[in-house]
Amino acid sequence: MLNKKSKAALTDPLMNNNPITLQVLGICSALAVTVKMDTAVVMTLAVIAVMSVSNTVIALLRNLIPSKVRIIVQLAVIASLVILTDQVLKAFMYDISKQLSVFVGLIITNCIVMGRAEAFAMQNGPWRSFLDGFGNALGYGMILIAVAFFRELLGSGTLFGFQMIPDALYAAGYENMGIMVLSPGAFIILGLIVWVQRIAANIEED
Amino acid sequence: MEHYISLITKAVFVENILLAYFLGMCSFLAISKKVDTSIGLGFAVIFVLTITAPANWAIHHYFLQKGALAWAGFPDVDLSFLNFIVFIAVIAAMVQLVEMILDKFSPTLYHNLGIFLPLIAVNCSILGGSLFLVERDYTFLESTVFGFGSGIGWFLAIASMASIRYRLRYSNVPAKLRGLGITMLLTGLLSMAFMAFSGIDL
Repeated sequence: MLNKKSKAALTDPLMNNNPITLQVLGICSALAVTVKMDTAVVMTLAVIAVMSVSNTVIALLRNLIPSKVRIIVQLAVIASLVILTDQVLKAFMYDISKQLSVFVGLIITNCIVMGRAEAFAMQNGPWRSFLDGFGNALGYGMILIAVAFFRELLGSGTLFGFQMIPDALYAAGYENMGIMVLSPGAFIILGLIVWVQRIAANIEED
Repeated sequence: MEHYISLITKAVFVENILLAYFLGMCSFLAISKKVDTSIGLGFAVIFVLTITAPANWAIHHYFLQKGALAWAGFPDVDLSFLNFIVFIAVIAAMVQLVEMILDKFSPTLYHNLGIFLPLIAVNCSILGGSLFLVERDYTFLESTVFGFGSGIGWFLAIASMASIRYRLRYSNVPAKLRGLGITMLLTGLLSMAFMAFSGIDL
């Protein structure tokens, strides 16, 4: 079912060509939702839904779109899908949708969605574009969830709202790191993740 | 008056759109390698945000909001779900318009901003600014001031980061940390510095 090329489209973005740490795309709205695990997971699901569908649709339309207006067509497809996702979230997960606030809408201007539509879906068939969109969204979500994991664990001592740090530790004088809940924490954690990931993938930037 | 001054300080320092809300990171990371291009892009962002914020406010207020179409005889229509797509279209159109006007009346400025203007259409901070003013229920004047303030805040962040990265060329950064890694860590420090302003309320 998956030949070598399709498999590469799916797995490459997870490690060797990760959208956030290596392509440096789509960081914009990513960090704001990483204070807690549950918002990060929901955001990941939203991005997966938008990206895999938008890539498929654009791949299906790729021979019909005149190249002069392709950007606006891509934007229209992506914006409609984001509206759909936002409405679904508002209908079924109202609390989380309130917490995500404007950041679901900002998936529209998330460079990674447009970037993959332009770079991959315009040249490839629907099935491989679907896999590429899914893979990239997954690679993006992985980093998002990793950042959220450290921020919630170190910042609030919880994961998904459940307490993880034993009371005994607090009694011994341990304190949550307030900085992790605030924005500098996100930048620093992401910086460190990028560092570790580049050592693992053995990639250098000049 | 005081209210607007407080709003602008808040938008520039305390709730800096880049350092506190992470908006506009992509172009920030890509462009901050050079000081003069960063300053050019910074000015373009100030310009476009100041124009699009009130424009989108007007469109939301007179067309899309629940009950906004009462003047046309549709008091029950709620088109606010169209916010995203309309805002992005307005931003793209505004950017195009600004480009054409600048080309006609101020070719020097156009020449300086030239390449950056189209890039701005997909800068998250512009759409983010418009979405924030809807969420926070600003008035027309408040949105204009907020748009201008956010633009200044973004400009300040990218200009300082470009200068820091310029100086960074002389330091010995670990090989794998170069580029994105060190820039993120520095942004974290910058954001920490800006947090010192929190609590200021004029």
